[in-house]
Amino acid sequence: MQDAAEPFLRIEGVSKTFGSFQAVRNVSLSVGKGEIFSLLGGSGCGKTTLLRMLAGFEEPSAGRIFLDGRDMAGVPAWERPVHMMFQSYAIFPHMSVEKNIAYGLKHEALTKAEKADRTREMLELVQLVPFAARKPHQISGGQRQRVALARALARQPKLLLLDEPLAALDKKLREQTQFELMSIQARTGVTFIVVTHDQEEAMTLSDRIAVMDKGEVKQIGSPTEIYEFPASRFVADFIGSINAFDAAVLGVEAGLLRLSVPALGTEVLARGQSGVAEGSKVTLAIRPEKLRLSMEKPADGNAVQGKVRDLAYFGKDSLYRIALPSGVLVQAHAVNARRGDEGARVADWDDEVWLAFDATSAIVLVE
Amino acid sequence: MGRISQWFDRRGFAAMLIGLPYLWLLALFLLPFLIVVAMSLATKTPTAPPFSFGGDHPWVNGQAYVRVLTDGLYLRAFLTSVGNAGVAMMLCLLLGYPMALGLTRVSKSWRNILLMLVILPFWTSFLLRVYAWMGLMGKNSWFNGLLTDGWNLLVPMDWAVKSIPMMNSNFAVVLVMVYTYLPFMILPLYASLERLDPVLDEAAMDLGSRPWQVFRDVTLPQSVPGIIAGGMLVFIPAAGELVIPSLVGDASSPMIGRLISDEFSSARDWPMASAVAVVLLVLMVGPTMLYSHYQARAEGTK
Amino acid sequence: MNRRPVFLITVLCFGFAFFYIPILSMIVYSFNASRLATVWGGFSTKWYVSLFSNKQVIAALLLSLKIAVVSATFATILGTMAGIVLARFTRFRGRLLFSGLVTAPLVMPEVITGISSLIFFIMMADWIGWPGARGFTTITLAHITFSMVFVTTIIQARMVQSDRAIEEAAMDLGSRPWQVMLDVTLPTIFPAILSGWLLAFTISLDDVVITSFTTGPGSTTLPLLIWSKVKLGVTPDINALATLMVLVVGLGVVPAGVLMMRSEKRRLADSRLAYRTND
Repeated sequence: MQDAAEPFLRIEGVSKTFGSFQAVRNVSLSVGKGEIFSLLGGSGCGKTTLLRMLAGFEEPSAGRIFLDGRDMAGVPAWERPVHMMFQSYAIFPHMSVEKNIAYGLKHEALTKAEKADRTREMLELVQLVPFAARKPHQISGGQRQRVALARALARQPKLLLLDEPLAALDKKLREQTQFELMSIQARTGVTFIVVTHDQEEAMTLSDRIAVMDKGEVKQIGSPTEIYEFPASRFVADFIGSINAFDAAVLGVEAGLLRLSVPALGTEVLARGQSGVAEGSKVTLAIRPEKLRLSMEKPADGNAVQGKVRDLAYFGKDSLYRIALPSGVLVQAHAVNARRGDEGARVADWDDEVWLAFDATSAIVLVE
Repeated sequence: MGRISQWFDRRGFAAMLIGLPYLWLLALFLLPFLIVVAMSLATKTPTAPPFSFGGDHPWVNGQAYVRVLTDGLYLRAFLTSVGNAGVAMMLCLLLGYPMALGLTRVSKSWRNILLMLVILPFWTSFLLRVYAWMGLMGKNSWFNGLLTDGWNLLVPMDWAVKSIPMMNSNFAVVLVMVYTYLPFMILPLYASLERLDPVLDEAAMDLGSRPWQVFRDVTLPQSVPGIIAGGMLVFIPAAGELVIPSLVGDASSPMIGRLISDEFSSARDWPMASAVAVVLLVLMVGPTMLYSHYQARAEGTK
Repeated sequence: MNRRPVFLITVLCFGFAFFYIPILSMIVYSFNASRLATVWGGFSTKWYVSLFSNKQVIAALLLSLKIAVVSATFATILGTMAGIVLARFTRFRGRLLFSGLVTAPLVMPEVITGISSLIFFIMMADWIGWPGARGFTTITLAHITFSMVFVTTIIQARMVQSDRAIEEAAMDLGSRPWQVMLDVTLPTIFPAILSGWLLAFTISLDDVVITSFTTGPGSTTLPLLIWSKVKLGVTPDINALATLMVLVVGLGVVPAGVLMMRSEKRRLADSRLAYRTND
């Protein structure tokens, strides 16, 4: 019986120390049933340790984990209704695909026929029926990934943990698998917790993301929230690329902040944020794609002039590096909307250009 | 001159690298062995050297093989050898497997020390390792005394003994074989166990296996190459062993190695000794092929 | 998992007790004053004194060392060549027989190797008059043959690991095959060659069975001497000899092993550091 207020998975003040190293510091978060929740961070940020504590391979040094209302403290890995898809997939090399998928069912009180049915169902779910009798070394990387997924799902876990699920796949396969994972999740309704260092992967897969750094959760939110409204310079930097400048608040005007930004050599307006008072030091952050590039001075709004120092042509868009008179380099993205040869670009090397941005596009970070 | 050096660089050098060891092994290993095979078909004569290819059986005389297959002495010797070596192999496995597994579970720094301790006996004289047990098993030794006291405590008075007759028995042979060959079992087992991905253990646990089930389903099946390689590495030399049965074995039921040596030196029946040797080698072909098939897999080099 | 594998540790302790108690017992009894080797009769070092004054033992030891040095050196040369051939020449006529010849002595029962060597030497003496008397030469030849394959195994394993591209790079830069071998291959596998030599040396020094067949009158190696004494039973001076050998091994092999391990560790740490500074 689940309390309506009680979230499906609740992590409460969990810390983990190895010797003198604190891998996870006081993490609290909740995950709802059927959610895809990502733990995103660089290597050593504690995301994998947190995952291993959920799986039961490590005990928290402090704090508690509740799954479906049950305190998981002291419950060994083999008794948890939590299964993991390992980063290396950890497929048993001495068992066939089918045996691998059926392995977890061995410990369930099911009849032979039920086990066979369930295995079959899983093989179908991941489209591996023709490969059932193969050994792991006879299938491709993508197929191995699906074996690992099916094996973990066969026991119908309450929680599926995916450790860097796509890291071992090549780029093309990764995109396809991403959508497959999402559709399988939708069909089975199992709650997914994904650990990843790849922000794109986290953004496309997840309902919500927790960004972690040095063992701490920096921000929890939907992909849009995390990207458009980062709470700190770290999160802004980690997710996508960003231009960040030191700024000082000059005043508040009609919900907008007037900032003095020495690096831009001008005053700019940015959307206000609660708790920012006149005179306080903040960071002004602007995503490269939010900067509009033009040869003529824009009519109004925030604008600065600079010189194109570098440009990289990616096909669908181009990345510009523009040197401001203050010497600071600013990155700007421009979509190559028109088709053409060299003329497709908005600007060329050494062109004097204008950069403009909306007040609502600029992010003001207090931290 | 240029021509010669060009030839040397292109063909001669490779030919030399291949040729020298090849010729050496052909002359000093294969040729002697072929002579033994030929010898097994010769006829024993009271001459020096004590054989001939003429006489009643010109060139080929199968008499020696007939005797190997019909004379109970040889049959018993083969059975004793295979039996002792087989039991020693099993005991090495029973003791060596948990040791090898234990080695993979201790910390890195301990592991290196312990591995060195496993290998160290290799560097001390084999003969002296056998000899050490002769000292322990003798009637008056402290070890035998300890065992005797233990035995006398446990059994009724009537069965009490003054000392346990351990020396010159198959028991002694097997014990010393286990002692001297145990590292041969531990090292390939360790090599194959150490290669196993600990994540697989976690995966099995994650899917609901208790530790003993993890061992049965994941660790054990994957270490089969190591078990077979180690087993054969013990079995093959143990079955042909000469030193151990000569020093601590039962002279009335000799092992095959000792029989070959006696046949050759004491009985001076070279054809007979050669025939027994050839039969022993043929018997060892199977285990050897098993070994070479699994050895590469155990060490993970394909 | 954080649980200590109690059972495994227990078996490990038992196993190491099994390995070392007989050796320790032998060492203790080498200081036994009693003539009865297995009954304690007080502390004494007299067996060591008698050992050092025994000319037979000293002569046997010197012969053993001489044979071991010569045979290990030749075995290392031939074995290294064979190891390189097996690792680098993947196709040449007779490769199958060659690899068979290199594996067979490893598994051949020593008795058979011994007898076949002896018969071979007798037949050769009969046919071409060489080798005349059995002794140093015949023992050494047999030891070379039988220990070179162990060297080959070590070298081959090492060569398989080493990067072939560095040899190709040397060739690409104009080195002839023999120069590549001298400048690149041999230096990179030098530690393996050294351990191959040590192994061949110990195998030769330790061998009883093959030596007992290929020896002749007057050529008694140390193992043969021990063998003939031990056959008659346990004697205190052998305990003393064994203790000395354990001591030599302890003083020689253990520091060598530690040094090798250290240098291996340092090499790993260095290369890791190098990679990091390259980032």
